[in-house]
Amino acid sequence: MNLASHTESIASILSSQQNRPGALLPILHDIQEALGFIPPDSIQQIASALNLSRAEVHGVITFYHHFRTTPPARHTIEICCAEACQSMGAERLVEHAKQRLAGSKHGECEVKPVYCLGLCATSPALMVGEELHARVTPEKFDRLIEQMGIKT
Amino acid sequence: MSIKIFVPGDSAALALGADAVAKNILAEAARRNMAVELVRNGSRGMLWLEPLVEVQTDKGRVAYGPVEGKDVRALFDADFLHGGKHKLGLGLTEELPYLKKQERLTFARVGITDPLSLEDYLAHDGFQGLRKALAMQPAAIVQQVTDSGLRGRGGAAFPTGIKWKTVLNTAAAQKYIVCNADEGDSGTFADRMLMEGDPFLLVEGMTIAALAVGATQGYIYVRSEYPHSITILNEAIAVARKAGYLGPNILDSGKSFELEVRKGAGAYVCGEETSLLESLEGKRGIVRAKPPLPAIAGLFGMPTVINNVISLASVPIILDKGAAFYKNYGMGRSNGTLPFQLAGNIKHGGLIEKAFGVTLRQLMYDFGGGSASGRPIKAVQVGGPLGAYLPESQWDTPLDYEAYTALWAVLGHGGIVVHDDSADLAKLARYAMKFCAIESCGKCTPCRIGATRGVEVMDKIIAGQDTEAQVELLRDLCDTMLNGSMCAMGGMTPYPVLSALNHFPRDFVKKIPV
Ligand SMILES: Cc1cc2nc3c(=O)[nH]c(=O)nc-3n(C[C@H](O)[C@H](O)[C@H](O)COP(=O)(O)O)c2cc1C
Ligand code: SF4
Ligand code: FES
Ligand code: FES
Repeated sequence: MNLASHTESIASILSSQQNRPGALLPILHDIQEALGFIPPDSIQQIASALNLSRAEVHGVITFYHHFRTTPPARHTIEICCAEACQSMGAERLVEHAKQRLAGSKHGECEVKPVYCLGLCATSPALMVGEELHARVTPEKFDRLIEQMGIKT
Repeated sequence: MSIKIFVPGDSAALALGADAVAKNILAEAARRNMAVELVRNGSRGMLWLEPLVEVQTDKGRVAYGPVEGKDVRALFDADFLHGGKHKLGLGLTEELPYLKKQERLTFARVGITDPLSLEDYLAHDGFQGLRKALAMQPAAIVQQVTDSGLRGRGGAAFPTGIKWKTVLNTAAAQKYIVCNADEGDSGTFADRMLMEGDPFLLVEGMTIAALAVGATQGYIYVRSEYPHSITILNEAIAVARKAGYLGPNILDSGKSFELEVRKGAGAYVCGEETSLLESLEGKRGIVRAKPPLPAIAGLFGMPTVINNVISLASVPIILDKGAAFYKNYGMGRSNGTLPFQLAGNIKHGGLIEKAFGVTLRQLMYDFGGGSASGRPIKAVQVGGPLGAYLPESQWDTPLDYEAYTALWAVLGHGGIVVHDDSADLAKLARYAMKFCAIESCGKCTPCRIGATRGVEVMDKIIAGQDTEAQVELLRDLCDTMLNGSMCAMGGMTPYPVLSALNHFPRDFVKKIPV
């Protein structure tokens, strides 16, 4: 997607959302959903629409772990690293994932930590997009990345 | 007549392949020319059995689990549609001891009904509490909630009725009801299971709160890690509104209440109530100084009730069956029930709603069946990442707010994370500091700087550098965080750290390599 079409989709999100009370978070969510990230050069556009300073918008984007300002990898795997998953070997799973994906192409797959997916009785757990996986063993992980078509 | 089959649509079941099971059941039924009606219910909370498939028979619901997609053909061969014998068969669901031994008040319907069927909800006592509330004066509703003894289930255990009373008595042009569905604690999933398994109950509880204090707008702030909860809540709100349970004229009472779901963005601290309000206003989730209380100046500066999902979802039964009915459960000043969440290294993890007073040992062994690994259980963290680690000597204390305070521990949101003897408590203490450093909102120094220094100190302790002096430094740092932080993020991180140090000191002494 090019810059012009970014500006356009952001403009349409802004015009439909900007009058909601507390509009900034819903707007950032919509932008990230549409484009995969929040382009840094869109901060001015967002700030103007909401009558905020650029610093305020930047501050919000960087405060929340969920928002990103760079395009995501083709796949993102979020592995839970919180206590319940740790008790069932999350650390080993992360190690395994890193090893398995070490050989993959740059930008192919990113592994990110998350802190609890609410699957703590069936841990360790991970999330790909909105798809959840629980009781993830290294073998199950390997099957998953194979199904996702990730070349390692 | 078609046969009713239940395959949960709860996130935990989905994460274990429930969609494939559902798909295969429909395909196999079609292939065999059998008429089935598939319901995507909530989870019964026996999570080690998920996906738990149930079939409606004339004797009651019969359960099979954990079912994988590949088991479906064999289940049909075994005539599971009529409760036939199969190695995954568990018998009548209601007779399973794990469920039978519970006291399900708030979770009475979860797993039983179709979460988005209004008909089902009404057939199972749904909206009875709201109907009673509509016939009452606001102050009388507040009084019922106060009399029930309900205390906030989000962690701080503040009496819900008293909070509501402040909002009722504060005059304003606009008041708000905010539901805290940020559920960030590791080891907790009760809010999620309730929102996915019985969303109308939360809608009903929030509407009653609105009637009680005179609010007309509500928000449910759900963490972004719960996409399925968000979808289900949005659908439930639309259904309820269409049927007149929400909107400009609730059940022709002339009262109005609108409800909207807002999505968090992955910040743990946004579960803290004032940080959450900042976030709802579209700002960074920086904790506000109190006073003013949110009940007086909350969302957009207006009087606001902010309550946890389970607090709000416990209100309808209180209105329906009366304060005394609810208060009869529990012990001391801990009235009613708490949905405990048994998680981590445990054989039979899941949701156990019990009256206060049950012990950790009962939950972990009578319900949980011991560790998942089969190794001895070493430490249990109760109450999320800011909760203490409890050693075996404390497992027989009744789970009660005051009894836990006396142990220098907390019940929090009822999460219980079990660790076996392979756990290294020094590493877990370091993690607690690290988590605080990552999630600190940055408003106050003891937490923002203290947690980072805490990680460094823990690194030295783990490396065995100058242990005695470093442990002393750690205690000093914890003292500063405990007494100098503005909110419980920095103020309670010392709970896991110091409880680990005090109860498991050997983990803090570097093992000399042989
Ligand atoms: C760091 C931090 C995180 C919190 N996270 C949550 C949460 O995820 N859910 C919740 O209901 N309360 C959470 N709380 C407690 C809230 O501040 C507040 O006490 C609660 O929402 C009040 O509702 P209740 O009275 O119904 O419990 C958190 C508190 C702190 C300090
Ligand atoms: S204790 Fe931490 S999270 Fe709480 S206000 Fe201070 S810096 Fe923010
Ligand atoms: S701790 Fe990993 S899902 Fe909750
Ligand atoms: S500037 Fe305030 S603590 Fe450093």
